[in-house]
Amino acid sequence: MKKSERIAGNVAGYVDDRTGAAKWLRKNLTKVFPDHWSFMLGEIVLYSFIILLLSGTFLTFWFDPSQRDVIYQGSYEPLKNIEMSASYASTLHISFDVRGGLLMRQIHHWAALIFMAGMIAHLMRVFFTGAFRKPREANWLIGVGLVTLGIVEGFLGYSLPDDLLSGTGIRIAEAIIQALPVVGSYLAFFAFGGAFPGHVFIPRIFTVHVLLLPGIFLALITIHLMLVWYQKHTQYPGPGRTEKNVVGYPLMPIYMAKAGGFFFIVFGVTALLGAVASINPIWLYGPYNPGQISAGSQPDFYMGWLDGLVRMAPPIETHAFGHTISWNILIPGLIIPGILFTLMALYPFIESWMTGDKNEHHLLDRPRNNPNRTAIGAMSLAFILVILINGGNDIIATHFALTINQIMWFTRIGVIVIPPITFVITKRICLSLQRADREKVLHGRETGRLVMLPHGEFIEVHEELTPAQKFTLTQHEQNRALEVPASDANGVLNPQGLKGKLRARFSQAHVEQIPAPTESEAKALEGGHH
Amino acid sequence: MNSGIKKLSRYRRHRFARPALLVVALISMGATFQVASALPSTTRMETTAQSTLIEEGKRIFAQGCSSCHGLNAEGSGIAPSLIGVGAASVDFQVGTGRMPMADMSQQAMRKTPIYNAEQTAALAAYVASLAPGPDAINEAQLTFERDGNTAEGGELFRTNCAMCHNFAGQGGALTQGKYAPTLMGVDAKHIYEAMITGPQSMPVFSDKTITPEEKLSIIKWIKAAEKEPNLGGASLGRVGPVTEGLLVWTFGLGLLIGIAVWLTVKAK
Repeated sequence: MKKSERIAGNVAGYVDDRTGAAKWLRKNLTKVFPDHWSFMLGEIVLYSFIILLLSGTFLTFWFDPSQRDVIYQGSYEPLKNIEMSASYASTLHISFDVRGGLLMRQIHHWAALIFMAGMIAHLMRVFFTGAFRKPREANWLIGVGLVTLGIVEGFLGYSLPDDLLSGTGIRIAEAIIQALPVVGSYLAFFAFGGAFPGHVFIPRIFTVHVLLLPGIFLALITIHLMLVWYQKHTQYPGPGRTEKNVVGYPLMPIYMAKAGGFFFIVFGVTALLGAVASINPIWLYGPYNPGQISAGSQPDFYMGWLDGLVRMAPPIETHAFGHTISWNILIPGLIIPGILFTLMALYPFIESWMTGDKNEHHLLDRPRNNPNRTAIGAMSLAFILVILINGGNDIIATHFALTINQIMWFTRIGVIVIPPITFVITKRICLSLQRADREKVLHGRETGRLVMLPHGEFIEVHEELTPAQKFTLTQHEQNRALEVPASDANGVLNPQGLKGKLRARFSQAHVEQIPAPTESEAKALEGGHH
Repeated sequence: MNSGIKKLSRYRRHRFARPALLVVALISMGATFQVASALPSTTRMETTAQSTLIEEGKRIFAQGCSSCHGLNAEGSGIAPSLIGVGAASVDFQVGTGRMPMADMSQQAMRKTPIYNAEQTAALAAYVASLAPGPDAINEAQLTFERDGNTAEGGELFRTNCAMCHNFAGQGGALTQGKYAPTLMGVDAKHIYEAMITGPQSMPVFSDKTITPEEKLSIIKWIKAAEKEPNLGGASLGRVGPVTEGLLVWTFGLGLLIGIAVWLTVKAK
């Protein structure tokens, strides 16, 4: 044994004697994870969170979260001698007078966008593959919580510089708070310490942005990952993969190397964006002043759908008992988002109720094999996309020579019409893909090779799939609709009432699929077919 | 005094009283007209060149503008009257190529001018001759480099202009397909004229609302914004977060997913 090895052994032994870590480490370092690119979406989010913590800490060294009035004397000429808040002036200072400051600001903001985009992509992967099913409902709920908090955290973050654009956003947030019936004005006064804009909201949102929410994030992300660890990762179906095993590579050394490398790749892409593409150029926006506004004021994309909803709302107000109820803000700003997020959070439970499925699932669905769920997901995305388009209606209008009014009416009608159409089309596409799978299993893959037989007939050669491919295409569960008894033992018709009928209808819709070919079907074909 | 009135009163029914009054009235009326029309005649010699310019302008107007604005610039159902809009308005509309319009769309677009500088000046002189209005701005008045203050101009711009033209003067959407055009690459003279004439949907910013010095500051800020390098890298159009979101979903997440796919393929 070499000397260095002996020393390392001694150190390890010393630690193990006192902590008993060796056994725990052996067990966990050899833990197996399945391999698929879509399992790395969550990693993108985790790594951008770490980048956010690091770059954010850097920014706090110079950022002055105060609305104290200062006269700008920094090096950006077009704002010289202009009165502004200390938070805006210090953001200018970070951008122009701190070495690497602008790069760090841009990395921080791009990382935030990647964080949010990654979360949404990860959420879509989990949804469309059915990874949220038992036993992972709790982790789904945590994920929904993280998305919601991410939107709030991002909004507070870009509000901190107190520039003209973000001040406009804060003003809209105040309007949404005020739209709450009865308590709205009191809550707004409480949040802003008096009338808008006041002098307290920047220090307040700073505390929430750098302390409270990151703390909650850390806690939730830890639980999220511990649950993944404890419940084990889901895997895509394939030969040798069952509900009771995980097929993949051990954490050490494969995933340690891969995850470590991927962290640096995410950091690299974020730094690349920060270095080459301008983001939130607050010096162009100017300091916030409630008397000013810029054309085309937009929020970041993860708030854009909310802005789009508010923009399309018809101007409806009610005056009752000395109070004004602004339905035009209340409905798009609070009620619809509330319904959307509640439905999203409850979806695992809704699906399990519809299907009556109480089993554990560790094998993922291919999206086509659950047409109803895939169609629901596509429908929701269509809804969000339509209102997101309206959020950017002014930019779209000027860049594509359209009129704002056309876009608004298109989205007002589209938000009702397009999601159901998307549902139907997606479901049909899924069923067609299932038919194609069935065709492939029974008749093989079309090779495109034409062969002329001796008697002159042309045939296309079909290549039989490998057993592994056949397995992958036929392993999925064959859904059965929920049986709702027409009458109970005492002869009472429809004992579960309307709820039972509804459940039967939903279940019927949910199980619609093309039957996977069976062994005997395949055998029967073998005789007469090529 | 009483006796004087009595004397007049005595002759008021005289048979020559009425013709005499008529003569007095006609003479005074004629004299007033004579004096009034004689006033400009003192500068008649200097404006001979001006009147040829007006004649030239009238000729161009009859050819290129009168089909919509009427033979005497009195306007029609599809185009406004130009009586009293002044030379500034003509210089802006014709000098930026907005007039004559290419088609009857929501608003006149900026394009390559159809008339050259002399023809534009002739048209401006003709329209200005119809009734007084704001004068065209000449280069000597555009002392913004000397008299303007960029930072103050920025404040004024954000207060008065950014709501339509965007925070960086990139332009923005208005209702029903109308829009506030980008201010990048617009002549200082035309920016000034737009402020004093209020073309299309734009309001007039009179010298009482924004003083001439403030107008020069605004122009200086716009010119500075035009020349300002993109300090943070690619500008993404200076239109705010919409293009940033687009970039993160296409390039950012696209590249990361591409790498993730590559990593998993590589592992096999």
